[in-house]
Amino acid sequence: MASRQREISISEFFTKNRHLLGFDSPSKALLTAVKEAVDNSLDACEEAGILPDLLVEIRQISPERFVMAVEDNGPGIVKAQIPKIFGKLLYGSKFHRLKQARGQQGIGISAAAMYGQLTTGKPIVVTSKTGKGRPAHHFEIRIDTRKNAPVVALDHQLELEKDHGTRVEIEMEADYRNGKRWLGRYLEQTALANPHCKLEYHRPDAEPLIFPRAAEIPPREAVEIKPHPHGVELGQLMLILKESRARDLRGCLMHEFSRVSPTVADQILKSAKLSGKTKARVVGEDLKLSEQLHRAIQATKIMAPPTNCLSPIGEELIHKGLTNFLTVTQEEAEREDLEQLELQAEKGKGRKKEEAAQKIEEAKQKAKAEAILEAQGGQEGEEVIKGHKFFITSVTRPPKVYRGNPFQVEVGIAYGGPLPGDKPVELYRFANRVPLLFQRGACGITESVIRTDWRNYMLSQPKGSLPVGPMILFVHIASVWVPFTSESKEAVAHYPEIISELRLGLQECGRRLAAFVRKRQSAEYELQRRSIFELYIQEIAQSMKGLLGSNPERVKADFMKLANKFTGGELTDEILTRASEKLAARPRTAENEMAKEEQ
Amino acid sequence: MSSIGPRAAKAHAAKTVKKLEGLAKDTLQMVKGGKNPYMSIPTRTLANVRFNQKSQVIELKGDKQKRYFFNVGQAKRFMQMFLVANACKELIGVDKTTSIRDLYYMTKHTLGQSRQNTFEEQEESDPIIEDLEVTVDALREELNLFASNRGSLVGELTLVDAGDVIDGRRMGSGGWSIPSIVEDNVIQFRKCDAKFILLVEKDAVWRRLNEDKFWKKHKCILVTGQGQPPRGVRRLCRRMTRELKLPLYVLVDNDPWGFYIYSVLKQGSINLAYESMRMAVPEARFIGLSSFDKEKFKLPNNVVIRMEDVDVSRAKQMLSYPWFQRKEWQREIEHMVKTGAKLEIESLSNRGISFITEEYLPKKLRDRDWLA
Repeated sequence: MASRQREISISEFFTKNRHLLGFDSPSKALLTAVKEAVDNSLDACEEAGILPDLLVEIRQISPERFVMAVEDNGPGIVKAQIPKIFGKLLYGSKFHRLKQARGQQGIGISAAAMYGQLTTGKPIVVTSKTGKGRPAHHFEIRIDTRKNAPVVALDHQLELEKDHGTRVEIEMEADYRNGKRWLGRYLEQTALANPHCKLEYHRPDAEPLIFPRAAEIPPREAVEIKPHPHGVELGQLMLILKESRARDLRGCLMHEFSRVSPTVADQILKSAKLSGKTKARVVGEDLKLSEQLHRAIQATKIMAPPTNCLSPIGEELIHKGLTNFLTVTQEEAEREDLEQLELQAEKGKGRKKEEAAQKIEEAKQKAKAEAILEAQGGQEGEEVIKGHKFFITSVTRPPKVYRGNPFQVEVGIAYGGPLPGDKPVELYRFANRVPLLFQRGACGITESVIRTDWRNYMLSQPKGSLPVGPMILFVHIASVWVPFTSESKEAVAHYPEIISELRLGLQECGRRLAAFVRKRQSAEYELQRRSIFELYIQEIAQSMKGLLGSNPERVKADFMKLANKFTGGELTDEILTRASEKLAARPRTAENEMAKEEQ
Repeated sequence: MSSIGPRAAKAHAAKTVKKLEGLAKDTLQMVKGGKNPYMSIPTRTLANVRFNQKSQVIELKGDKQKRYFFNVGQAKRFMQMFLVANACKELIGVDKTTSIRDLYYMTKHTLGQSRQNTFEEQEESDPIIEDLEVTVDALREELNLFASNRGSLVGELTLVDAGDVIDGRRMGSGGWSIPSIVEDNVIQFRKCDAKFILLVEKDAVWRRLNEDKFWKKHKCILVTGQGQPPRGVRRLCRRMTRELKLPLYVLVDNDPWGFYIYSVLKQGSINLAYESMRMAVPEARFIGLSSFDKEKFKLPNNVVIRMEDVDVSRAKQMLSYPWFQRKEWQREIEHMVKTGAKLEIESLSNRGISFITEEYLPKKLRDRDWLA
């Protein structure tokens, strides 16, 4: 038995447990691969301060085989690093530091490469260029799954037009037909949460989808911070103590953690009954001493960690992102409808064909009217997108801390337009600008939305469910360490501090929504009122014809001229109030009653 | 006995049409002038009527209410006025009369693509007709409208109704049904042997008197309005008292409602104050039932109906009516309030089925036991 036991390489482990990395089904594989590559590209661009220009390509090779390619204009990767990054699992720069970033663990892209290799035998193809005048390196890399090490199959230099950037290509077995919905959603929402990014999506079965850049400023670069003492667990504390290069325990506390001043360090040491001169390594290797120190840290008052390490999207950019998102998705929906109609107009017969042709004509007319409407603009907070009016607002909450980790919550809503009013709202969740597509039910964001009483904000809400209404709800958590409930990174954990911040953000947006809806309802009432007057005018015009022989159209026109003057806004309201007051003031005497009974 | 000829009738109709057209003209002018169009409607409320001491009738004062079109609370009624005005012009044009219920259906239709109708029910159209009457100063009859027939007549009178000779002495048990339009172009009086008119509130009592041929024995005209007399009955009574020079006696229940019926016959009503001059009979005599009749005619206690709170408050209100200020009337009403008792006319039957014909009314008339 013992002879059959041997070490399992991490690559081997994941080969057999690929569901842990999101490669459990062919329909999800494309999404996971694209996601890892895009997240890496965006992180790289952000770190280098570059406005990202992304191209995502899906090519079909055979019915079940696809090539996915992601190309960016990032800083590129130095030649020596390329094989390790793409051919070795758990190799990365992001795991060991506390900094707001998209990817965190360093398994992502190499796992995708491994999945490709596993299903097709083909290596991952990487081309990268680090600057103008430098050569572009072209690699084909395999992974030795036993050793978890890269094997370079091809390495040569290429000429690349752009100054810098990276292109990754992986061939894999996949199910595009069933996976494309999720892929589309992921890219849409990525563009939504990264308005500074230009995203082009080339699909095998349709026209390219292009999300234009909505903001010309790259987001503020997130700063790396040291861990806050309150967020450190015992095991982690011991590790830090053991590995610290500081001279003694006091120095170690001050150097390895944020917000530990000499005074705070002395306080901790005093309550731990430890000498500052002790070697940190000694404490770290002794469980009892470490526990003593850990308890002392938790009992000491320490200033909250710095929050300038966070890089929120910002209210203005969320607004722009939502506008951009709606524009592209509405266009896409219209185009799909039109395609259907054109197909019918071409291939249909008889009445159906005519109907389709007519509908195409209608759509064209509508587009014209929409353009006019768009030029006019709407009321405050209202955006006219593709002829539909949306109310858009966003809130960025001040940074807060959970377990020593700074985090920040942002909420945005887009309400109205052709969004379905009888379905639950569309909830888009993001963590560090990455869309969370799965495990909605397990997520703390979902819970916060459900636990907010949206009936206060003019939406209906079945008990224990999302609110119902024509709305997109955008919720973003930025943190140096987003607490996910599992390794697939799709659901945010339910920390009370986070839940409370989420709720405050949602409530603020809800209040703004309610104010808008109320205002619009009164505007709608106004309109309704005007249409009632129109109906009455029609009747009067007909009667005038009988009484005076006047031309009804002319009478109507005369009345309508006045209608706008008299039914608009305050005047009518004033008259209305007066009328109702008068009605209430009239006493109900027996006299009146008797008068009524009489014929 | 005057009767207007066809030419005069035609001229009269043309005048009414002019009035209706005037309403439209005024509105159009206001619209063209950029003003919120309105019509001035004399208000038909208690505050806008007054009791004319000299003529002894209720009159409309000058208060007018403006009904604007561009006003959410008034627009519909404004529009309805035009529908009714137009329909009336049509009626006059083809020389036909119609019931107010017919008019309701004539003018009822759905508005455009909406789910609203021009009129939802007749209760909506009836007041519009009254508004139109006072606004253009044309009577319902002049607009070729009539209410449903109510009320019957028998007695010592021959008259002509739409060209047919009606002998009030040969009307069987049901009597002649009094039409709603009784103007002299429709009804003309011929031979009259009656010495007075008796108007009875209740149809059942009227039947009893007719069956007993009370009118033959006492030489009178017997009329009922079946409750509150409709306009036709009131107008006919007024014409008979004026043209035939007959006194009018009124027999109603001894309760506030009965007094009110008498009051409307005598002075006119608030709602139709604009027609008082044509309808009221200020000298009408209240013959019964008096609050004191119970003792006078030895009626047992068990025929009495207890007054309810509404009855008491109505009675108290009546005490302040200018036309009930005479000492006798105050006594009458106060006695009713004091005893808290109501009496129906039918309670007299307790003394015998024809007690009313043979004892009660003859005694009252003989003793001149009435109030005016």
